[in-house]
Amino acid sequence: MTARVILGFGLAFLYLPLLVVMGYSFNASRLVTVWTGFSTQWYFELFADRQIMRAAGISFIVAFVSASVATVLGMAAGYALARFGPFRGRAIFAGLLAMPLVMPEVITGLALLLLFVAAQSAMPWLPGRGVGTLIIAHASLTMAYVAVIVQARVAGMARDYEEAAADLGAKPAAVFLYVTLPLIAPALVAGWLLAFVLSLDDLVIASFTSGPQSTTLPMVVFSSVRLGVSPKINALATILILVTFAMLVVAGLLSRRRSK
Amino acid sequence: MTGAGKGALTAVWLWIALVLLLPFAIVLKISFATSQLGVPPYGPPVSFSAYAALIHDNLYLNAYLSSLRTAFVATVIALLLGYPMAYAIARCSQRWRSILLLLVVLPFWTSFLIRIYAWIGLLRPTGLVNTVLESLGLIDAPLRLINTDGAVMLGIVYTYLPFMVLPLYARLEKLDPALLEAAADLGARPWRAFLKITLPLSHPGIIAGCLLVFIPAVGEFVIPELLGGPDTLMIGKVLWSEFFTNRNWPMSAAVAVILLALLIVPIMWFQSVGHREARS
Repeated sequence: MTARVILGFGLAFLYLPLLVVMGYSFNASRLVTVWTGFSTQWYFELFADRQIMRAAGISFIVAFVSASVATVLGMAAGYALARFGPFRGRAIFAGLLAMPLVMPEVITGLALLLLFVAAQSAMPWLPGRGVGTLIIAHASLTMAYVAVIVQARVAGMARDYEEAAADLGAKPAAVFLYVTLPLIAPALVAGWLLAFVLSLDDLVIASFTSGPQSTTLPMVVFSSVRLGVSPKINALATILILVTFAMLVVAGLLSRRRSK
Repeated sequence: MTGAGKGALTAVWLWIALVLLLPFAIVLKISFATSQLGVPPYGPPVSFSAYAALIHDNLYLNAYLSSLRTAFVATVIALLLGYPMAYAIARCSQRWRSILLLLVVLPFWTSFLIRIYAWIGLLRPTGLVNTVLESLGLIDAPLRLINTDGAVMLGIVYTYLPFMVLPLYARLEKLDPALLEAAADLGARPWRAFLKITLPLSHPGIIAGCLLVFIPAVGEFVIPELLGGPDTLMIGKVLWSEFFTNRNWPMSAAVAVILLALLIVPIMWFQSVGHREARS
């Protein structure tokens, strides 16, 4: 019984701050704490803010491409871990792959930045830091999450279908394309979404690895939040919260329909 | 293993070597370089000056210690809150379990920065908490809630609570209720049964959850920057300002190397627990 009370308290603790931010985004007053009436003006001001809109565009491009790269690499890694048995260096492979999951972000960010700087001094013809380096940084961070999700799915999946297809004469590539891929599709969708959200949200690694022309949305939010609470950021927060929730609902419905 | 499979594995190995292994080698190398003006702001002469500064300047030692302390206290609080939550979810009906689990995981998917931002609005001197307490007549003047070490710990618990609940739930869910019934039949009181059966059997979940909170919390930057005060000392903040404010790359690399050395034991521990968990 006590455990249930604490569970209720814990859930309230998790959701109350989000609900408060969403509520105040519709507040007419600029003084964020006093409620003076319902208004949507902060949403209009948000969409009129050139700097925020530009940063949002960059963030979406980076999140989309890096999530796609991370899904391909994470799929290969997760499949290898689940199906290739105890191949040589498996423990090191798994350990390195999981590093970004637990590594403090400041270390990952600094390490990747120094890598990009070293690469550029060795190969001066490479383009400078910008959207490209952001994509590489985010893909290497998020592929670990995709790999974990794919590995769990593949490990829990019987080999029967793949073996049957192979017995019937399908080449390995065909088996993978027509049997394995549809079977692990829900894991790929979940992994892609997670990678997308993580990239969209990342501040620390983006601050290290972005260039002067590629300020991302979290970087703009961070510099604004340092100066205090603003109703425009409340509106942005509300949109971000609702968009992620909507994405998750859609993903949940998709995977449910597939598993039926 | 097929040829295509081997090819895919090689590609992933290459990627890992290139973006995960090589960068850390470079960090190590630059931590022994000399800081100088210019682009990039470090030079070739090998020097130990960054490490010498780490030892001689108490700021760094204090920052490491205070980071470890803050992360430890926050981890204990997250365990005390997360364990009953996971326990209650595991005791629910199948239908409720998935709903409650979803509710615990959902905040993890929403923007981390926004979640920390939300607490600024609650904890400010004119924020919701102080306003409510004042209007209830419980306090006369606003309490200093934000820009304190307590606010940093709160932020860590809030952010990482799902990481604590999930591994605990995975363990508690597998627990066979027959064991507790047997204990009750043999006359054990519920608390004794909990201490003798539930707690030992959930031990790997406790370790995994605690490490998942503790390790990233030690190097946390955003939470102490936004919720902490000017005197909040965390090593993630120090690394950030060495890099962005002082432009001392060898110093920030050295700070990272020592931080990694401190965390390597918990990281290895987590990975061995993780592998055992995956196999069972």
